[in-house]
Amino acid sequence: MTTTSTQADGSANSAAGIQERDRVTVRFAGDSGDGMQLAGNRFADATAVFGNDFSTLPDFPAEIRAPAGSLAGVSSFQISFSKHLIYTPGDEPDTLVAMNPAALSSHLSALAQGGLLVVNEDAFTSGNLKKANYPSNPLSDGSLDGYRIIKAPITTAAIAAVDDLGLTTQNAERTKNFFALGLVYWLYDRNLEPTLDWIEERFGRLPNIAEANRRALYAGHAYGETTELADAHVRVPPAVLKPGEYRTITGNQALVLGLITAAHLADLELFYGSYPITPASDVLVELAALREYGVRTFQAEDEISAIGTAIGAAYGGGLGVTGTSGPGIALKSEALNLAVMTELPLIVLDVQRSGPSTGMPTKTEQTDLLQVMFGRNGESPLCVLAAKSPGDCFYMVLEAVRLAHKFATPVVLLSDTYLANTAEPWPVPDLDQLDLIEVPYRRTELTDVEEFQPYARDPETLARMFIPPGQAGLQHRIGGLEKADITGDVAYTPENHQRMTDLRGEKIQRIANFIPELEVDGPESGELLVLSWGSTYGAVFTAVNEARDAGYELAHAHLQYLNPFPRNLGDVVSRYRKVLIPEANTGQLRMLVRAQFLVDAQGYNEVTGQPLSARLLTERIVQYANE
Amino acid sequence: MVLQTPPLQTVESMIPIAEQDLSRKDYASDIDTRWCPGCGDYSILAQMQRGLADLNVAPEKMVFVSGIGCSSRFPYYMNTYGMHSIHGRAPTIASGLKLAREDLMVFVITGDGDALSIGGNHLLHVLRRNVDVKIFLFNNRIYGLTKGQYSPTSELGKVTKSSPVGTTERPLNPLAVALASEATFVARSYDTDPQHLQATIHRAAKHHGAAFVEILQNCNIFNDRAFADYTDRDVRDERLLYLEHGEPMLFGESKNKGLAVSATGLRVVEADGPDAGLILTHDATRPSPDVHQLLARCSYPEMPVPMGVIRQVTAPTYGDYLDGQIEVQKFRNRADVAGLLRGRSTWQVE
Repeated sequence: MTTTSTQADGSANSAAGIQERDRVTVRFAGDSGDGMQLAGNRFADATAVFGNDFSTLPDFPAEIRAPAGSLAGVSSFQISFSKHLIYTPGDEPDTLVAMNPAALSSHLSALAQGGLLVVNEDAFTSGNLKKANYPSNPLSDGSLDGYRIIKAPITTAAIAAVDDLGLTTQNAERTKNFFALGLVYWLYDRNLEPTLDWIEERFGRLPNIAEANRRALYAGHAYGETTELADAHVRVPPAVLKPGEYRTITGNQALVLGLITAAHLADLELFYGSYPITPASDVLVELAALREYGVRTFQAEDEISAIGTAIGAAYGGGLGVTGTSGPGIALKSEALNLAVMTELPLIVLDVQRSGPSTGMPTKTEQTDLLQVMFGRNGESPLCVLAAKSPGDCFYMVLEAVRLAHKFATPVVLLSDTYLANTAEPWPVPDLDQLDLIEVPYRRTELTDVEEFQPYARDPETLARMFIPPGQAGLQHRIGGLEKADITGDVAYTPENHQRMTDLRGEKIQRIANFIPELEVDGPESGELLVLSWGSTYGAVFTAVNEARDAGYELAHAHLQYLNPFPRNLGDVVSRYRKVLIPEANTGQLRMLVRAQFLVDAQGYNEVTGQPLSARLLTERIVQYANE
Repeated sequence: MVLQTPPLQTVESMIPIAEQDLSRKDYASDIDTRWCPGCGDYSILAQMQRGLADLNVAPEKMVFVSGIGCSSRFPYYMNTYGMHSIHGRAPTIASGLKLAREDLMVFVITGDGDALSIGGNHLLHVLRRNVDVKIFLFNNRIYGLTKGQYSPTSELGKVTKSSPVGTTERPLNPLAVALASEATFVARSYDTDPQHLQATIHRAAKHHGAAFVEILQNCNIFNDRAFADYTDRDVRDERLLYLEHGEPMLFGESKNKGLAVSATGLRVVEADGPDAGLILTHDATRPSPDVHQLLARCSYPEMPVPMGVIRQVTAPTYGDYLDGQIEVQKFRNRADVAGLLRGRSTWQVE
């Protein structure tokens, strides 16, 4: 572990002639094999150490290796960094690094006129131009005249830099992402140290490769320094973050840490049953590497088995968790209903992706809300939570585990592709400051086993008395058939079914008594409330503030608890003349809010596979405020 | 990392023993059984209760997990823990339970539709993983609970409610499926031979690893006498082959016939004939499942129908491997949640 200290003024060599800016957004785009994700992640690390606030947006094709140079194979990584706190990876980049014509063609439309374009001119061969459907070379036909452009011979310069190391041509060429990174480091005044450390750690056992990457990085940096790029030399001063120890974190990493921490706080053994599915697979992969924490990962034969094993572990008194994405939830729904009927503390992570069907596996969407609310037979209420940022995934896992045990219920936690892959600085939590998680069956003291009734309920929470197998005298059977109230025997009477239906519903509603009320940012009542949920938090927060800067007075509230809603939500939405609900779906929360509170909420809806655009949302807020 | 083979502590499963001596009634719950009068399930339930009483297993340490179907009502009638789950998925729930709770003895009760149709995938995988659960498949070659449709073990051409002019699909052979799934314990018994059934239950219960037992079970309502041609009292000696490890494969009223290898599989030879020396001795522990597959495929009327333990080999269970990995990793790395939260690198903001 390394800890680096950032001085108040950053570690930059503040050279003369450098321009200062509040915020910059850079997008790296290249072939899937060009190492753009790696370059982007290194840039994020260097930016973290420098002390900016930042947010990243990786975007890659579902194909592992599409044909080289093809449009289908373009992979990108965007990072926005700022001297202020920021909440999105930025709508449009100020700078686009395009490693080949396909990358340029796919991403140029996102670059504002006058933006900075860094291109690898070596890759603009007639073959690559053809693959990107360019009739002529954009570097020479004048079509890029509206942009500031740096044409760098990235491939040949990288190869020249590692010339005498005896690498194969292929390996020499592979260093071009480090050359590009070095160049961008110069442009934005980043320190090379964190990346040099990383190269040593990663490639230390392959000294030649490590040396090649180092040289390419230095060469790119020197290229920036010696070529006349002074007008592009920009510095973004460090942000004023709350003091403390920070790390970078993605949503999926936060889910993993949350599960390990929850198991620790609840003193339960973690069992994670999962079937590989984009974008949730990383959770399985990372947990599998943590056996020393007693983690039992189980790569199941299918999604159904994944949840079945998690139910088995939960029934056994472990921390039973399954994780998947939307198509997997569809397959798990019958078993999820078994957990509803048997009232077991089960955790289901749903890292949502674009649908329907296979959809766009690597793209983001908030389209599973109604599926997890209603996608099961019968009246089947369960608890639904949603994380609002990568770091928040950690805290919402703790909430999910707390509520699942307190109420003996399955809990679905919604994340999505955007949160899963986005990285941000995260204050490292102090483990000792986190609340222990209570596991009710441990404190059940039964003086007389005759008194035990598996469907007797806690009067406050209505949680049933869940007891895992193993205790003498308490043997009983549970299952998917309707249960008799209190005894848990099989029952078919009309009165009992009505009562149990009501109890299951009421139990979930009572969760509202044990979660925080919804907080409103802005006026307590008035003209316009913007109500959001899940991963759109950053974009909505940004848009709301931009609208405020433009002179509009409005309130913003963000939901992390979707079922039940915070108990004051009805009151909150009734205090504003207009309610706008932005979502990356066609209006799923809006449907719930309208149905439950009879409020004429309007929507702002994007279903593009990309995170919500703060700029477009700002326009919509302003338009709606003016209506 | 190379997979470390955990040492085999024991070939036999650790059976949690009750503190007092228990009898059959201690394993019976107070729920009234609701199978049709005359159903083969009654005998299986009785033998299970007797068999467990013989072993004196602690009832609170046992969990019966079932799917959906007539047989899957079984857990309600056992005074143990139990879950009557959803169709075909019992092996998954049992796997998770056993991996989370090594101290429990976990049973799966399933049927031909539950295990081989809707739950076919899970059966393959629980067996190949060798999770330490005991699977009892009650095979009556029909869907009973839904009132008489054909099942994946119904014979080709069988007339049922959903096949009024006969089925058009060939049946699965449960034992062959289990062997192909790398099962470490494969056995067959039937409802009307209590002694044999009890003995088979004992052996399955004691096996360390996934045990698969097919129990031929008569459905007197929708598929009566499905196995009568070879299990009826007056013909069974002639038509069943009772397998015992280490014993020659002999059958017939006076053990006058035996099985020998032929060019194309197995064949019946006279025990006092010229080929008597070729009669096979049953080796359930044989690593290769070749002869076991040939036995599994013996069917009436061409061949005697094998009963008993066809295969029992020792292998580490899924849980052995998993626990072994956890132990090794705990030895190599310190579990430090606070350190994990900090990750590979952090920075300090002053």
